[in-house]
This record gives sequence, structure tokens and C-alpha cells, in this order.
Amino acid sequence: MSSIAAAVPGRTRKNRTWIYFLLPSVAIMLLFFVYPILLTFFYSFTNLALTGESAKELKFIGIDNYTHMFKDPTVRTGIWNTIVFLLGSAVIGQQVLGFLIALLMKRKNKTFRRIIGTVVLAGWVTPEIVCALCLYSFFGDEGTLNAILGFVGAKGIAWLYTMPMFTVILANIWHGTAFSMLVFQAALDDVPSEIEEAAVVDGASRWQILIRITIPYIKDSITTNMMLVTLQTLGVFGLIYAMTGGGPGTATTTLPIFMYNQAFVNYQLGYGTAISLLLLLIGIVLSLFYIRSMKS
Amino acid sequence: MKRMKRKHAVRMVPYAILAAIGLCFVLPLLWVLVASVDPNAMQTLKMPSRLTGGNYASVLSDGGNQRAFAIGLLMSLGQAVLVVLLALLAAYPLSRYQLKYKKPFMLTVLFMTSLPITAVMVPVYQLFLSLKLYDNVFGVVLFYVASSMPYGIWMLKNFLDAVPADLEEAAWVDGASVFAGIRKVVAPLMVPGICTVAIFTFSGSWGNFFVPYILLQSPGNFPASLKLYQFFGQYGMADYGKLAAFSVMYAMPSIVLYVLSQRFMSKGFGLQGGTKG
Repeated sequence: MSSIAAAVPGRTRKNRTWIYFLLPSVAIMLLFFVYPILLTFFYSFTNLALTGESAKELKFIGIDNYTHMFKDPTVRTGIWNTIVFLLGSAVIGQQVLGFLIALLMKRKNKTFRRIIGTVVLAGWVTPEIVCALCLYSFFGDEGTLNAILGFVGAKGIAWLYTMPMFTVILANIWHGTAFSMLVFQAALDDVPSEIEEAAVVDGASRWQILIRITIPYIKDSITTNMMLVTLQTLGVFGLIYAMTGGGPGTATTTLPIFMYNQAFVNYQLGYGTAISLLLLLIGIVLSLFYIRSMKS
Repeated sequence: MKRMKRKHAVRMVPYAILAAIGLCFVLPLLWVLVASVDPNAMQTLKMPSRLTGGNYASVLSDGGNQRAFAIGLLMSLGQAVLVVLLALLAAYPLSRYQLKYKKPFMLTVLFMTSLPITAVMVPVYQLFLSLKLYDNVFGVVLFYVASSMPYGIWMLKNFLDAVPADLEEAAWVDGASVFAGIRKVVAPLMVPGICTVAIFTFSGSWGNFFVPYILLQSPGNFPASLKLYQFFGQYGMADYGKLAAFSVMYAMPSIVLYVLSQRFMSKGFGLQGGTKG
């Protein structure tokens, strides 16, 4: 290979034409992706606003946005809601359900697997606004769930008012579980059946095999998947926004929705940016962990 | 006898659990499908008294809806084509040449694939105002291209690594230029990779709501996702049939493309056959 490479003009090290190959994509990423990230850091220290006195003159206000942020009780609510939403829908909900489906589907009837797999995947492939609509009506006062509850003699519940966070968590589990299911199906397929069979011969129970052998064997997949689903869930906006608008009150106002409200409803762009920096930092930390796990 | 029965019952437990899970997943979807052909659809899933295509017909015949679908299609197609072209160009030297900063560059790209786009939208909005790209459909396409470029480069570089360099070198020895080598040898072998990237970027922007919601203002510029949201809010929850019909039509491309992508992905694994024989 090296002899041919030396003979061909395009492959020598001194050749710099590859710069032109990389230029367009790097330029567009720098302008529309890297630059906004840098702007996030910059704007979060300014009084940037859409309307009013401060809109005319951009001023550095140091860490005022941040001190404001830590005094603002709605920020605390937003952080808390985000943690509940992340833990409930991604870390626990999607992962546990995805793992359960992948585990139960192992070595089952092929047609049956295909039907269940397709149904779960359909929720994932469907655009989030359609998901929001489907689940809004499912959990609606006159919706399917309450109709079923009525059918078995139970009283209907105003899901979106009495337990809005729980409802949007279920919605996001419905929308996102397929991803974890796919990851865990692939991981479980890699577990050598000999190890499990040997454990059965040694008299281990199913539960012991799961805890002592299967889960330790796929722990890298679990870590990677955990970070990916958390990252995906961190940015969820449309699903919650279309279902509840962040309400009632601030019951489902996660950080993305809070950021949107501050920046575009209250026109406090600088403050909104400070909140998005918080999101970005969480994202950066998780991404760094993700890359480390990919490298090894 | 009794024991065998019990064993049989135990074996059915996973099936029962899976069926229950499947039911929970299918009911909300079933509602949107059934409601879209029900002349008097309601919030709950119910048997339609008769089937109708009227919901679809009225959604389709509305000029505003047609426009929204066309804009959505234009944006997603434009994005997919640009991402594939630019990412392929970038992936080529990254895969074939020994570059000094290749490793940190690829790690940065991988890092960027996982950052939440939601977090940068406020500054992007500000940037769009200053570049006079706000409320501009092509501006949104440019942002889409930039935001999915890391994914495109990462994927295509890895797909390209799997295309053996010998094939291309053979073409060069026969007198082909680097470009001709890419066009005639690499590109055909890259079809599965190109399709995978195109489909995923297309579906990503087709289903995206937040980006156009921030960057577009006039209803005339709204893609299908925003139109559906508007529909949702404006007419309240009164017209479920039309809402459902719009949703089904809007979700269809994402679903069809996903099914197609599975076909390409499984073909992608058979790629190694290129240098055989």
C-alpha cells in the first residue's frame, strides 16, 4: 500500500488540497455552532434584552445574571423539575423499561418480538409534536386512559392537572424507550450464552444470573446509554411544551422551557442565555464522559 | 401434571408482560390512526361509525397546509443534501490522509454530536438577528446543516474507513484522478452510508419543532411541525379528526424513512465484499 501511496500524487503528506475539502464544513460549523456556544458564555454576562431600556445598549453586568439566577426561586424549581424529569423519564424510565423489553424479548417467538418491537419503535420514530398530540389525547380528561379506567369502574383522573410531571415523564418514556431497547438488545446479544448456561448448571437462579452475570457483563453499554439518553432528554422542549406549556403554573417548567420563557416571553435574552449556559455546561460534562467511554 | 401446567404458566409470564407493554405503546398511536378516518372523532379511542377520507381531503386541500409541507420538505431535503455533500468532502481526507490534528478533530466532532442543540438556541437567535437571517427559511437550513454536520462527518468517516483503499488505488493506477476515484469507486460503495446519514438528518429536521419555532416568525414560513403546533393551539382540541389526519401525514415520512434506513443499515454490514475475488 505504501508504495502505491508514494506513487500517487494525491497522497503525499505535503499535499494541502485536503484543506479545501474540510473548509466548507468546518466554516459552517464554526459560524453556526461553535460561535453560538462562545456567544452563550459572552452574553450570559451581559444585560442583553429584546425590549426596554437595556435593549439599546449592551452592557457588561458581570455575574449579575448568575446572582439573580441563584436568588430566583423559579430557577430552583426549574432545576428541580429538570432533575425529576431526567431521572424519571430517562435514567430510570427509558432505561429500565428498555432493558426489561430487551431482556424479555430474548429468545422469544420471532413474530411476537417483531410486533412488540415495531410498536415500541413507532413511538420513537414519530415526531415529537405528534407524540405530544397522541399522548395529550390519551391522558386527556375525555381521553382513552380515562375511558379505560371508567370501563373497569375506576374514576377518571385529570392527569395533566393533578399529576402533570408524572404525565410528561410517561410521555417521554413512551417516546424514547425504543432507543434504550435497541442498545440493550444489541448488548444482550453479545453476552455469551455459555456463561449463563454454566451458571444454570451451577444452580443459580434467574435473578442471580441477571444481577451477577448479565448486568455486569453489559455495564459499559449501560453507562454509555445512560449518558446518551440523559443528553437527549436534557434538551427536550417540544414534547413538554406542546402538552402542558410548562404548567400548570410551573409544575412542568424544565430548564429549556424556563430558558425559552425568560428569553422570548419576558424578553430577557441575557438572563435566558445564563440559563442556557447552565444547560450547556451539564451537556458538556456529560458529553466529555460519553467521549471517554467511547475512547476506551 | 400440575407441575407442568405451572411451568407452562411461568413461561407465559414474559409474553403477558410484553403484551401489556405493547398495548400501552400502541393505544395512543391507534387513536391518531383511527381518529384520522373518523368523521366525528373524539379525544378517546372509539370505533368510528363509518370511515371517511374527508379529514385527509380537507387537510390536503388547504393551501396553508400544502405550503407548510412543501417548506418542511424543502428544508429537510436541502439540509440532507448539503450535509451529505459537505460531510463526504470532509470525511475523505479524514479517512484517507494522515493529518496532524486528526484525532483531536474527530474527538471534537464526536463531542459536538452529543451537545444539546436546545442550549444554544438563544444565542443562535441573536446571531440570526444580526446576520439578517431571522425568519428566513434558508437561514434555518444553514443552521440545520451546521448542527448535523458533526454527525454527518463522524458517520461518513467511519463508513469511508470501511471502504478499502486498495480499490481506489487501483483506479488511480489506471489513471483516474482523486475526484474520479471518489465519484466512480468510493461513492457507489458509500451508498448505504450516504443514505443512512441523509435519512437521519432528514428525519431529524423534519421532526424538529424548537429550531423553527425560535428562528421563524411569519406563519407563511412555517414548516409542517410548526403548522401542526399552530393547528393544535388555534382550533383548540375541537377538530380531532383533521388534527389526527395532519399528524398521520406529517409523521409518515419519518416512519417510512426509518423503515428504509433499516434496509440500508443491514446492507451496510455486507460491505466488506468489495475487494473479494
